[in-house]
Amino acid sequence: MNTQKLDQRSKYLRRRIIETLDATRRGHVGAALSLVEIIRVLYDDVLHYDVRNPKWSERDRCILSKGHGCLALYVVLQDKGFFPEEELWKFCEASGILGGHPEVKVPGVEASTGSLGHGLPIGVGFAVNAKYEQAGHRVFVIVGDGECNEGSIWEAALCAGKHKLSNLTVVIDHNKYQSYGPTRDVQNLEPFADKWKAFGFAVKEVDGHDVDALRGAFTGVPLESDKPTAIICHTLKGKGMSSTEGNMKWHHKSGIKDEEIRQLFAESEAY
Amino acid sequence: MRKMCLDVVLELARQDKRIFFIGSDLGIGTLQKFKEEIPERFFMEGISEANMIGMAAGLAMEGKIPYVNTIATFLTRRCFEQVVVDLGLHKLNVRLLGNGGGLVYAPLGPTHEAIEDIAIMRSIPNMTVIAPADAEEMRRAMLQSLDHQGPIYIRIAKGGDPIVTSNDIPFEIGKAFLLRLGSDALIITTGITLGMGLEASERFKEQGLQVAVLHVPTIKPLDVETIIAAIARVPVVVTIEEHTLNGGLGSVIAEIIAEANFSSRKYFKRIGIPDVFADRYGSQASLMEFFGITASKLVAAVTKLLASSGRKDKLCEEELAN
Repeated sequence: MNTQKLDQRSKYLRRRIIETLDATRRGHVGAALSLVEIIRVLYDDVLHYDVRNPKWSERDRCILSKGHGCLALYVVLQDKGFFPEEELWKFCEASGILGGHPEVKVPGVEASTGSLGHGLPIGVGFAVNAKYEQAGHRVFVIVGDGECNEGSIWEAALCAGKHKLSNLTVVIDHNKYQSYGPTRDVQNLEPFADKWKAFGFAVKEVDGHDVDALRGAFTGVPLESDKPTAIICHTLKGKGMSSTEGNMKWHHKSGIKDEEIRQLFAESEAY
Repeated sequence: MRKMCLDVVLELARQDKRIFFIGSDLGIGTLQKFKEEIPERFFMEGISEANMIGMAAGLAMEGKIPYVNTIATFLTRRCFEQVVVDLGLHKLNVRLLGNGGGLVYAPLGPTHEAIEDIAIMRSIPNMTVIAPADAEEMRRAMLQSLDHQGPIYIRIAKGGDPIVTSNDIPFEIGKAFLLRLGSDALIITTGITLGMGLEASERFKEQGLQVAVLHVPTIKPLDVETIIAAIARVPVVVTIEEHTLNGGLGSVIAEIIAEANFSSRKYFKRIGIPDVFADRYGSQASLMEFFGITASKLVAAVTKLLASSGRKDKLCEEELAN
């Protein structure tokens, strides 16, 4: 796993992330790069939405609970036309709508996140509502593996299992790193898949950079008709550029230099 | 008061399909009628407050109005960040019903005593904070909660508290009510301390002193205009609350007095829980007595300030001796 070569679209989206960084010179880079294929596949091939009417009642709900991965979400939402390109160049600026964590003022963003462990409980509320209304839309919540240190994730998992929320899918960006270091050292999650199963989820593991595998997994939910689904996506933190891959210095970086920007563009192109 | 509060939740839910009830692990039989009549909107989600708040947020984002109920400390302390981010930041129509606000759970000790709930909830942008005085005011407040925009924290007192409010004064969120007029002093109350304020005012009346009582059931948003007008008329102001002195009603009024720059001096005292955890059990009443949150202490505080303010001439010797 994680040996995937990237196709032109994945490279294009990463270039957009670097261009956004170029404008502001800061951001959670590694956490966004592991997410690109997950978000790309969801918005290209899986989610139902209407760019002209972001609050369309029948849309699928997608929450980026690991809000610090927002650069990946922003470039995809912009690519789809939720907001103008100029907003990318104002990332984290006072005059822009795109902050270091996503907020609901951004068209296409369902919930303001950033503090970890909030998206899944909110997603449970969405899914309970959809079930009550007998609505057909689905709920996807993207969480990080480090985020799964939070007790609220497991409170919500218990609740989702209890209510058999088959309309809810948790997508886990399992890049194996958190801010301080490897997840296995900071707070070991293993046996990770077994934990989700024990909480009442149907679980599938995929290569989180394999676009076809992701598409197959996401379009195949629910895996079981009376259970919520957890898709564990094995990813590589900083995926797509040799200097960022597995390099904790790029988890969050500020004051990014001209030379580093040039290097990122070159590495992305050569990947 | 709690029974009235939950009865109104059911009453509202019967009329309005947007209403959901979410409890944690409440006493067996709580809102049994709701569960039987409207099971699809009744949720008992276990001892998991963070999830409960997030779930309520998700429902509210979809246009529902969840009423979330558990013990006040768990609804404020335990999931404070969820309340701030999920409810406050998103300005969602979730109603938080906190059982046992103040010292109600005195026999259970400090983990269950909500002594700072008002202070921390009022610090959250977009949050409305209400502390009704009795079951009747609770009913009026709850009926108004339906169409209010944004989250509300409603502090529930013990239950069986004497009815001290009247239907003559229509409850309105964000309004303070001058229930007794008077120019000698002003007592400001919230929640069940209204009863003490009224009793103290009555005692002064017997001595020929006119002590006004301003009831502030909505701590946030605050009825600043009414409060300033009431304070402007008197030299002496005393607040009384079943809450820590750090950041509750007394602090709110102190902030107003400090910035109002009244032309005449105001003699001011706060009565409430000092900056300590209770070191003893007992009853709500015995802890209130221990902390000096009583009508008698209120009378003493007002009397002392009246003396300081130079109104000794209006006081009888006996009161001064106290």
